[in-house]
Amino acid sequence: MTETVTRPPVEQAGAMVPLPYRVTSRVVENADSVTLRLEPEQAALATPVPGEFMMLYAFGVGEVAISLSGIPGDGSLIHTIRAVGAVSAALCAAQPESTVGVRGPFGTGWGLEAAAGRDLVIVAGGVGLAPLRPVLLGALAERERYGRVVLIAGARAQRDFLYAGEIDRWRRDPRLETHVTVDVPIQGWSGETGFVTEPLRRLSLQPERTTGFLCGPEAMMRFGAQALLAKGLAPGDIRVSLERNMQCGIGWCGHCQLGPLLLCRDGPVVGFDVAAPLLEAKEL
Amino acid sequence: MAPDDPVVIDAAGLGALIAELRRRGLRVVGPVVRGAAIVLDEIESAEDLPYGWGVDVAPGTYRLRRRDDAAAFGHSAGPQSWKQFLHPQRQRVWTSGSDGAGTGEPSSRYAFFGVRGCDLSAIGVLDRVLVGGSHPDGSYARRRDGAFLVAVNCTEPGGLCFCASMGTGPGCGPGADLVLTERVDGPVVSYLAEAGSAEGAEVLAAVPHRPAEPAESTAAAESVRAAETMMGRAMPEGDLRTLLIESRESPHWAQVASRCLTCGNCTMVCPTCFCTSTSDVTDLTGEHAERWTEWASCFEFDFTFIHEGPVRQSGASRYRHWLTHKLSSWHDQFGSSGCVGCGRCIAWCPTGIDITEEMSTLAGLAGQDGDRDD
Repeated sequence: MTETVTRPPVEQAGAMVPLPYRVTSRVVENADSVTLRLEPEQAALATPVPGEFMMLYAFGVGEVAISLSGIPGDGSLIHTIRAVGAVSAALCAAQPESTVGVRGPFGTGWGLEAAAGRDLVIVAGGVGLAPLRPVLLGALAERERYGRVVLIAGARAQRDFLYAGEIDRWRRDPRLETHVTVDVPIQGWSGETGFVTEPLRRLSLQPERTTGFLCGPEAMMRFGAQALLAKGLAPGDIRVSLERNMQCGIGWCGHCQLGPLLLCRDGPVVGFDVAAPLLEAKEL
Repeated sequence: MAPDDPVVIDAAGLGALIAELRRRGLRVVGPVVRGAAIVLDEIESAEDLPYGWGVDVAPGTYRLRRRDDAAAFGHSAGPQSWKQFLHPQRQRVWTSGSDGAGTGEPSSRYAFFGVRGCDLSAIGVLDRVLVGGSHPDGSYARRRDGAFLVAVNCTEPGGLCFCASMGTGPGCGPGADLVLTERVDGPVVSYLAEAGSAEGAEVLAAVPHRPAEPAESTAAAESVRAAETMMGRAMPEGDLRTLLIESRESPHWAQVASRCLTCGNCTMVCPTCFCTSTSDVTDLTGEHAERWTEWASCFEFDFTFIHEGPVRQSGASRYRHWLTHKLSSWHDQFGSSGCVGCGRCIAWCPTGIDITEEMSTLAGLAGQDGDRDD
């Protein structure tokens, strides 16, 4: 049973070793989220694709998995981080000129390339817009390669949206159909109220030529995916980005398992055909 | 005589074998009696081996027992496995200011002395997990590549053994440098030895031996075959992968959870459980940082913690995860079962939960009758 396993060469620096990246800009998005631009201080890691994630290390505090929210292509990385714990709070507090550690890229991409020629429906809830931003920017950069591009972004309230300035531009961009909705309307909000599933249900789609991209709270993704299924999309044409505890990013630590998946390796982006039965079971 | 023909070495020859491995600079690790158990530790000579010791095991029970012969390998699995040497419990994987290469690496090679079929198989499982993917664990690979494996076929399984039903024993599969079969004839103990690698043949050549008579080889093989029928336990037959997927909502998980303490003992003694947690620490100045990994257990409450809280909060979901991972999703993730049938998790479970019995119950509930009756 101990047959020789063919394996790629062992990574020189060790796969658990963070590389130093300098924070070159820091934008406060809302009360708990910050967008950092990171540039390599020494060697640059491989260029990620939309959907992949990096392990970001706050010196001495710890490391968390954060999806790319922008891939400028010049070796720098854009990450939007929501402060929900000690490590993410330390990363959110990282000031320009400070150093953070980075490993990656890890995981699966959204498969934007594979959706060329198709209609794209991008559904984001809260900070779930962050991993989807490179999908939207990628589609806009090569707009002629895709059919309709629909963005549905939801947040609890207006002040909770990420990329508020960009969302304003996207809403006016004739190449996009943008719907924004909030759970809680406050004075001055002139847009829609309700969950992202509301504008989603009103969409008229050509299901056989549509790919859905969903990211947000798990319940939002389940209901969003069901709305798309109801419109006739094939489960495999609905892509969701899942979240589980990740401590290594490279399949060694076991924390990110979801049924048969090691989400750091087989995810975070998976087809809803794979995800649906796994999300149905409680505490899987 | 061809170099790979089986030979016989006597009790003194076993000592010479250990001496030869040590002469080659290997750190020989084998079974020794310590603290009322047979544990794995560095041995200096054959005198350290547990001659004449056996063990009695049952769910939640492990007791040393005096044998009436001088067998050195007349015992089934103890609380430890080779995992603790290949995949140490606590490792520093990075120090600030270093590139991580060579941190905490042992300078010498190990010789594992007395690897049973189940445990040889478990090493193969760990290989697939830790170096079989696209991010091989370099420090595991260095220890593993350097390890010289002296395997010992099992002729006397314990009361909790079920390797025969997992296809991992009692005979040793390929992968060992040397394979021994212990032959006990009253007070006389001898070993049929076969080389499994060029280095194994070289080592064997340096140890006093004589060619094995065909009858000796046949008798040794027969004693290993007979051991198949002496297993104290058996995993039920049938498609366990599918059974577990289809049992996700079974009421039986809550029933097991009423007995399970979620202590994680099963995961610590399991020779294939590989999960770790990572911690980043600094010294008091805050200028020097280190990254450590440490064995973790999927039974820990916060093992699946994300910002909303742990995903698997109930004991039932954690036991379901452990068992399903071992026997079902391990196949999806790493191409084999994660269980090798060593029985450790049964012996070291403080409440005696028996993986084979729980599987039989699940099979019974699903209408797939197993070969055990509850």
